[in-house]
Amino acid sequence: MAAIFQGVGAAATLSSSPSNSFVPKKFLTSPRRSFCVPSSVVVRSDGSVNFDLNSKSRRAQQLVANAVATKADSSAASSSSNPGHELLLFEALREGLEEEMERDPCVCVMGEDVGHYGGSYKVTKDLAKKFGDLRVLDTPIAENSFTGMGIGAAMTGLRPVVEGMNMGFLLLAFNQISNNCGMLHYTSGGQFTIPIVIRGPGGVGRQLGAEHSQRLESYFQSIPGIQMVACSTPYNAKGLMKAAIRSENPVILFEHVLLYNLKERIPDEDYICNLEEAEMVRPGEHVTILTYSRMRYHVMQAAKTLVNKGYDPEVIDIRSLKPFDLYTIGNSVKKTHRVLIVEECMRTGGIGASLTAAITENFNDYLDAPIMCLSSQDVPTPYAGTLEEWTVVQPAQIVTAVEQLCQ
Amino acid sequence: MASAFSAAKFSAQPFPLNHTSTTSHDSSIVFAKPTSLFLGSTRKLRLTSSSKFNLSRRSGTVDAVSDVVKQKKSKSSPSLLITKEEGLELYEDLVLGRAFEDMCAQMYYRGKMFGFVHLYNGQEAVSTGFIKLLKQQDSVVSTYRDHVHALSKGVPARAVMSELFGKTTGCCRGQGGSMHMFSREHNVLGGFAFIGEGIPIATGAAFTSKYKREVLKEADCDHVTLAFFGDGTCNNGQFFECLNMAALWKLPIVFVVENNLWAIGMSHLRATSDPQIYKKGPAFGMPGIHVDGMDVLKVREVAKEAIGRARRGEGPTLVECETYRFRGHSLADPDELRDPAEKAHYAARDPITALKKYLIENSLASEAELKTIEKKIDEVVEDAVEFADESPVPARSQLLENVFADPKGFGIGPDGRYRCEDPKFTEGTAHV
Repeated sequence: MAAIFQGVGAAATLSSSPSNSFVPKKFLTSPRRSFCVPSSVVVRSDGSVNFDLNSKSRRAQQLVANAVATKADSSAASSSSNPGHELLLFEALREGLEEEMERDPCVCVMGEDVGHYGGSYKVTKDLAKKFGDLRVLDTPIAENSFTGMGIGAAMTGLRPVVEGMNMGFLLLAFNQISNNCGMLHYTSGGQFTIPIVIRGPGGVGRQLGAEHSQRLESYFQSIPGIQMVACSTPYNAKGLMKAAIRSENPVILFEHVLLYNLKERIPDEDYICNLEEAEMVRPGEHVTILTYSRMRYHVMQAAKTLVNKGYDPEVIDIRSLKPFDLYTIGNSVKKTHRVLIVEECMRTGGIGASLTAAITENFNDYLDAPIMCLSSQDVPTPYAGTLEEWTVVQPAQIVTAVEQLCQ
Repeated sequence: MASAFSAAKFSAQPFPLNHTSTTSHDSSIVFAKPTSLFLGSTRKLRLTSSSKFNLSRRSGTVDAVSDVVKQKKSKSSPSLLITKEEGLELYEDLVLGRAFEDMCAQMYYRGKMFGFVHLYNGQEAVSTGFIKLLKQQDSVVSTYRDHVHALSKGVPARAVMSELFGKTTGCCRGQGGSMHMFSREHNVLGGFAFIGEGIPIATGAAFTSKYKREVLKEADCDHVTLAFFGDGTCNNGQFFECLNMAALWKLPIVFVVENNLWAIGMSHLRATSDPQIYKKGPAFGMPGIHVDGMDVLKVREVAKEAIGRARRGEGPTLVECETYRFRGHSLADPDELRDPAEKAHYAARDPITALKKYLIENSLASEAELKTIEKKIDEVVEDAVEFADESPVPARSQLLENVFADPKGFGIGPDGRYRCEDPKFTEGTAHV
């Protein structure tokens, strides 16, 4: 499993780098045919897409493996003008945070064990040594109050980044997040802005038990006045962290416990990822698969199998959980006419449910089949490994769903 | 000689648990012994050097306020607590608070304002006593009973009244209402409907002040934050969590408890295991003070000390003001549970009457001058109502404004443009 995660990181590099002359000469650009799997895709900011293609042959088998490419490819690809540097996802988050803290002295961090301990997932490692105990504040275990404190600090001129040690702990801060974070800009008639970032790891991990495996994006999504984003690769983790800190709106950044060790090569120069945009992971023709966070990797794994079976899925990492990027999503729906949503949220009232509604409302005419939504089961995440595996969506289920959808 | 501020008033304390008789001068319970107001001074210190209390200095300088008053009065040359200007300023603020709230009640019953309106009648001494000592850059955080806090801080009566009427000229453009008074200019940080949720906000504002001083190196930043809340809130987790954090980091904040003995219909004594709220301060390492909240001069003396402490970077203080609301919890509250004798007892200690008496008896002001002030305030309040009446209601286009500071937060629409660029957005007819 770990290898796949490592490999995926590299593929993500190739697919999401923004540099303008990236594709080395040895890769061909030619019209796509079925059964050809692009092993590297560059989606440029202007929307044009370049593919790397190899003709169907023995290499197809190797390419299929390279749909989630290994690190070897990435080193070849990165021999271009922009070397970048390789790091893990949690390091990318830290880099983004550190750069923003250097850039703006009002950016500060608050949370449990963020300072001396360096963060329970090491996202804030050594930042307290560099910036001091007040800028990287170790708080007592009082989520509701220190989140409120962050909001008060944001109202009065600071730009705090509040860390929930586990997203589930932020349930204790729901009062402050819903009532104050989301609402105060409005109820004050626009007088106070709340440029706060609330972040933390969530999602189903490895047998962490029910309470540490929660997905709060579904609980928070109705709160007016906040934005929610979910990162999934080191590249977009750093980009979203920076964009969230620079944003004047309150942003909740969802990270995933299992993705912190993803490795990827990211650019050296300063960049941000737009908070409201979705990310095209793999263009396709047959079906649109919308996903986010960890499920992106299950989807890409299923994509391998699907490609072998002759399908051509378009995979979009929606990244922005609130608001949805209806442009990217809509264009995809208009192209493929079939939608599958794969998420880790629970079925009831999850992100998938909202997304289904949004797509039906806006793009109903373009659909050839009802939208399928694969979510986690509506159960508290069990401890036992086998049960836990069946709680979340697995690649095999995704393959079955696509087959069903494309009948 | 009988000043309204004599120590005798201290012994008339809230009724004890299970007390059913109506006598109001029961033997004093432990509530306030004049010599032990700053309980922080009796604590043994075993803390790290970063949280020093100068114990002996504290118990030396802070006595019971009543003693301070008595001392000052007993000196041969009469030195008073306030100058004439201060006295008139305080009086005007008290009267403004009372007149405004009375007008609110009138307007509510005439159908000009709706919803939950919580009036401050009777508690004016706390607001005036504390807030009139603040600078503009200091912050005030309140609860739903926030009209008078906003007025004392300097928000114009017109802006507050318009907000109550739901007009676009209100301090929050009509979007907040009675329970959400905000003013960036005057640093009023709300106005909160749920009790307790403003206390962390106040703690955050105090944190910013400390951050500015120590991280951003604005050496002269000594902004203080006042958090006002009631007795009911003192049983809430956010209260205790913030006492801890404020004391831990020595934040420049004063926690002001407006103990009016009632949380809607719940008597403080029925809700709280230890009703002496000021004792909870020392448990967290800060001084806890109890003061007669019906007496603006006593409140002011205590406030000076507490605010001074915060400004000097010595940390937070918990001040419990014993006060009373003359009206019900809100205009919808029939107020049937409170004992009429209790109400009468406190009505006799009306802060406005008390200050008036003090000013006249100490020749700080004449009846005529005070009458002038009262008239002036009447005009201010009338003008506020007129202004609010004539102001326009918010247009539909205002509906979607201010949801996000950066309206890109509404996202990208199907046509590829940001939804906030859609003209329906500025019209307020778009569906988010």
